[in-house]
Amino acid sequence: MVPILETKNLTMDFGGLRAVDNINFHINEGEIVALIGPNGAGKTTFFNCITGVYKPTGGDIFIAPDGTHSERINGLKPNIVTEKGLARTFQNIRLFQNMTVLENVMIGRHCRLSAGILGAILRTKATLAEEKKVVDDSYEILEEIGLTKFANEFAKNLPYGAQRRLEIARAMATDPFLLLLDEPAAGMNPQETKELDEMILHIRKNKKISILLIEHDMSLVMSVSEKIFVVDYGKLIAEGTPDEIKKNPEVIKAYLGDETDA
Amino acid sequence: MSNLVKYFSLKEIKKSLVITLWFMVLTFPIMVIKVNTIENTVIWRWGYLAIIAIGSFILSTLWRYMMERKSLQAGKESKISLQQKLREMGEKNPRLKRGALAAVVVLVVAYPFATSMYQTGIMTTALMYVVLGLGLNIVVGLGGLLHLGYAAFYAVGAYTYALLHVHFGIGFWVSLPIGAGLATILGILLAIPVLRLRGDYLAIVTLGFGEIVRIILENWNDFSYGPSGIANIPRPTLFGIHFKLQQATIFIYFIMVALVVFTIFIVRRLENSRMGRTWIAMREDEIASQSMGIDITKTKVTTFAIGAFWAGMIGVVFAAKTTFINPASFTLWESIIILCIVVIGGMGSIFGVVVGAGILILLPEYLRAFSQYRMLLFGAILVLMMVFRPGGIVTNVRKVYRIDKEKTGEAE
Repeated sequence: MVPILETKNLTMDFGGLRAVDNINFHINEGEIVALIGPNGAGKTTFFNCITGVYKPTGGDIFIAPDGTHSERINGLKPNIVTEKGLARTFQNIRLFQNMTVLENVMIGRHCRLSAGILGAILRTKATLAEEKKVVDDSYEILEEIGLTKFANEFAKNLPYGAQRRLEIARAMATDPFLLLLDEPAAGMNPQETKELDEMILHIRKNKKISILLIEHDMSLVMSVSEKIFVVDYGKLIAEGTPDEIKKNPEVIKAYLGDETDA
Repeated sequence: MSNLVKYFSLKEIKKSLVITLWFMVLTFPIMVIKVNTIENTVIWRWGYLAIIAIGSFILSTLWRYMMERKSLQAGKESKISLQQKLREMGEKNPRLKRGALAAVVVLVVAYPFATSMYQTGIMTTALMYVVLGLGLNIVVGLGGLLHLGYAAFYAVGAYTYALLHVHFGIGFWVSLPIGAGLATILGILLAIPVLRLRGDYLAIVTLGFGEIVRIILENWNDFSYGPSGIANIPRPTLFGIHFKLQQATIFIYFIMVALVVFTIFIVRRLENSRMGRTWIAMREDEIASQSMGIDITKTKVTTFAIGAFWAGMIGVVFAAKTTFINPASFTLWESIIILCIVVIGGMGSIFGVVVGAGILILLPEYLRAFSQYRMLLFGAILVLMMVFRPGGIVTNVRKVYRIDKEKTGEAE
């Protein structure tokens, strides 16, 4: 079986700085994979390359939504990448603050809809039906994530944990085969992190979505992920199961420093 | 009275007194001393000092009072907007709503017959600005793109009709869609170079664009007849019937009423459609909306194009109404007035734009006695608005979706 997402020698340079250095990465269908590393290791840059925010300077990115045919997606625009089925959240929350929670999710559905300007003006049957379906579908996603009580609230008025969850709900609304979560637990308390943990497992189980997450919270990483990739200074320094990673001397060195450094 | 005490302490009054003193010192040389250079005498106008002292004390105390009140209110639950209140009232008793609607219709229809031609003319102008405001509202209020060259599209509409008439003898009704269409095309052309710009940079480029269009019209004599403009543009006709001046004024008034209704109808539908949502998403966060699968390029182009459409349409009406156009009607000032209508009325709110146009266009007409101070008042209003009601007079309310138990969404 072909991995649903694979990068080959992915490299990203910013001037003289190599933020992502020849990373070979892959994730199979149904897996939850974590990408960890110290601050500034290039994790978010890696994300941005995959989702089309940056155009990688070297290497290739392949996706295979159906698990058979690989497709190269280098340098496609973010909206096209999203249409192809990769959805992401942001490290610093980027919700549409002055739109309601439901509308935020409806925006996520956008790329799966087709109503145009004439349909909107004439309110054709197709448009009305589509709009009704959008509201239904979006509401269903909110139910799943547990945000229905906020449905008509402005996104900016939500408590922090709920805003994080809404980011995930919005990403799920795009009907992805792979969900990329950029530090979903950042700023959450242990209780909220635990709920997030359950939610991630629930999403994978019910929606059959694979998940790639960047995270600093090791308890979350160790408990949900099946495989972990560790990057440091843009390079992939280790990959393996949580247990392997815990014992890996390279990883310990990256996080805690070398003995001779001290 | 207790309210006043709540907001005030002795400290506040002291601060006001300091400000008063400061103002007295500052204005002393210009307001009090008057040197007569011919007779070499100095006149001391102490009375002015007293006026300044009293005036600045009252104003600064008032200012402090308002600021206190504002900061106290900020903590309270979000205020219910006027629009929401009206809507709720309408929902509670539909008869009242129907009655109010009927009253508005009667008022609108009777207006030109009950008042003078002058009044009708002013109202027509105000209605034109309502449509212009609604058009710019799509770009600025919904799309979040600060556009300072909107008058250029207005000019395109007006010149389309004027030139089509001069060269081909084409009438108002045919020119109306052509003017709107050409403005739309120009909107698309403008959108392409500014795709990567935002905020201040976008404002500067659009401002430049507006000036370029005006300067071209001013200097390209062979094409646009230069600063002398184009005169004798015919007023609109109805099935080939030509009206006299008075009837034509009333006729244009009704054309504008129809166009306002048409615009509100379309904008309302667009605002809450799939496309309208992308505009607002773009305003809120461009990167996030792109990551959610929205094509930013397409969204920006449609925003500019649809915004320009209304300006082009109203340009044609403007040419027909005034029967004479020249580039002086399409200056930066025009763009700024329209922008002010949107900002003061309430960004993104249709009702707000209507109110804003009413205030900014009708008030100066009725307050002609103060015309000398118009700019001063205008500036003061803008500053006060930004401090006390940054969201505009009517803040926009997002549509509320109702979802009943069986999960069937129902859009109002």
